[in-house]
Amino acid sequence: MAPPETPELVLEAGRASRNYWRDLWRYRELLGFLAWRDVKIRYKQTVLGVLWALIQPAVTLAVFTFIFGKLAAMPSGGVPYPLLVLCGLLPWQLFAAAFSNASGSLVANTHLISKVYFPRLIVPLSSVAVALIDFVVMLGLLAALFAWWQFVPDWRVLLLPLFIGFTLLTAIGTGLWLTALTVKYRDFRFIVPFLLQIGLFLSPVGFSSTNLPNWRHLYALNPMVGAIDGFRWCLLHGEPALDPLTLAISVGMTGLLLVSGLWYFRRTERTFADLI
Amino acid sequence: MSAPVISVEGLSKRYYLSHQKRQDTLRDSLMHAFRQAGRRLAGAAEPGAGREEFWALRDVSFQVGQGEVVGIIGRNGAGKSTLLKLLSRISDPTSGRIRLRGRVASLLEVGTGFHPELTGRENIFLNGAILGMSRAEIRSKFNEIAAFAEVERFLDTQVKHYSSGMYVRLAFAVAAHLEPEILIVDEVLAVGDAEFQKRCIGKMRDITQSGRTVLLVSHNLGVIQSLCSHCLLLNQGRVVSHGAPAAALAAYLDAGTAQQSFRRPPDPAGRPTLTAGAIKAIEESDLLLELTVTSATARKVALEVRLSNLLGQPLGFGSLGAFRADQLLELPAGETHLTLRCSAGRLANGSYQLGLALSVPFVEFLDRVDDALAFDLQRMPEAGAHHVLVENWGYGATELVVRRLS
Repeated sequence: MAPPETPELVLEAGRASRNYWRDLWRYRELLGFLAWRDVKIRYKQTVLGVLWALIQPAVTLAVFTFIFGKLAAMPSGGVPYPLLVLCGLLPWQLFAAAFSNASGSLVANTHLISKVYFPRLIVPLSSVAVALIDFVVMLGLLAALFAWWQFVPDWRVLLLPLFIGFTLLTAIGTGLWLTALTVKYRDFRFIVPFLLQIGLFLSPVGFSSTNLPNWRHLYALNPMVGAIDGFRWCLLHGEPALDPLTLAISVGMTGLLLVSGLWYFRRTERTFADLI
Repeated sequence: MSAPVISVEGLSKRYYLSHQKRQDTLRDSLMHAFRQAGRRLAGAAEPGAGREEFWALRDVSFQVGQGEVVGIIGRNGAGKSTLLKLLSRISDPTSGRIRLRGRVASLLEVGTGFHPELTGRENIFLNGAILGMSRAEIRSKFNEIAAFAEVERFLDTQVKHYSSGMYVRLAFAVAAHLEPEILIVDEVLAVGDAEFQKRCIGKMRDITQSGRTVLLVSHNLGVIQSLCSHCLLLNQGRVVSHGAPAAALAAYLDAGTAQQSFRRPPDPAGRPTLTAGAIKAIEESDLLLELTVTSATARKVALEVRLSNLLGQPLGFGSLGAFRADQLLELPAGETHLTLRCSAGRLANGSYQLGLALSVPFVEFLDRVDDALAFDLQRMPEAGAHHVLVENWGYGATELVVRRLS
């Protein structure tokens, strides 16, 4: 219901709303509804339904294990190679799904943006939820493989939520940039799949980042290096060991992406309805 | 008299029109992307190139008091929808200020955010949330909404299996149960069958009598007259009249007959432009038009003529070249003067307007003048007839020829 006192709302050119964050909080139910809608329609009219969230990573897992584990015979530090790959694939798939959903979210919701007001940030944020659903399904695959190899993670697994959060923040930071840019330049729609394809090989998904000892810090400028290292550390008994500087560089990059992404998004969001 | 609920001062909104074809195919998009990127790299494109300034609203000021129901009228392109968009915070003003006191809900479209794959029940919640209702609020009104829409039996059916009538009823039902202090409505009464429209208007009347402040855009002047306490007339982005509905409606209908000719600057990029036009004579239902088209290069184009009533509802279309290639106009470089006879059949007595456009049919859109010329038509009854059809009788704009065969 309406609040008892109705503060005056002033709309002016170039005037940022002072109540933006409070508005965002007020619209949290809408965020929930949009996420729920996306989840609900995700697997409608598919035969295999949620299985699709398993098939794709399972095939990738098999191919990467073959290429990097068998053909290239990369070292795995004593861990079964499929587990090493899966622990890299898990954060990567989470990032890829969250990032591509967020990037396309504004254009996919054109009809809402041109007809209703709400803090636009809700759209990319809610689109990330679907990625989490697929992620949970993949965790099931992980559990199955761990059981097969009779591999039990130690206490470090308790820190996994931190790295899940870190992966999501990375996806949101990059996604905010891309989705705001796509509103104006649809060119960026073509760039997203390309970035993801390249990113898969530029991130240590199929191999351990310890294979690049001299480049490790430079490599960490790709924040997914920090995320994947973190996932492996949590799930594979701290193997490979976490390098604090690598992690710090990745966290710094994500922070930079997130802050700049938010800045660019906030700066352009008032023109979305005119451009979209 | 308390402080105004809505106060608008010097509000303006500028758009840039870019003269480009739409990119609908992948190939077009890529071509466009490459060309743009190339131009940007070469530094050739200055930011204003290919863009034309267009003020959708210019220095608009007005105030609305608590509980007033204000109808906003004006021809197509007068700025009505832009004004509603600014008031509902969807887009940002270029200059000026709006002060709002109270919770605003806007209804610029029926069924915003409806998803065909979701069921009626799910869509009520989703749409309600999008329009700004809380989950608890929707739940408490759920039965009322379903009853108003008459879809109780189909609540768990996906909306894509609904008939279009059911869809619209459900959408309007959700919107009608909003309870904001300020309600902004655009043209939503123009949906559904006649029976449902009557109920919508009834519902709108309830809303307007509940002391809420309402802004309403409609082309249905009857609705405006019966629902509104005030009326705001816009023309080309400016407020022409603001006051009692009767005065504004009279001004609106008068303004329509003003323009017998127009004059426009040629396109700076040299593309074919309609630079001047006038109605020279009206003979029965035939119009004699004189037009000037200016083009920097020799071109072959089609001329389109669109007839509409003063409310902007289309009544007819004719063309030189859009249907028959042998009628295309061959324009030499420079000015071309054309004299045309345009036959409108047995048009009802009334006031009309013409829009004109130039294009290469199905390829390129070149120029358009909406509401370019307006005219009054008064035909004499034919020999033996008592009357000519009059447009505002509400039977339409064409007098049919009925002959008895047996």
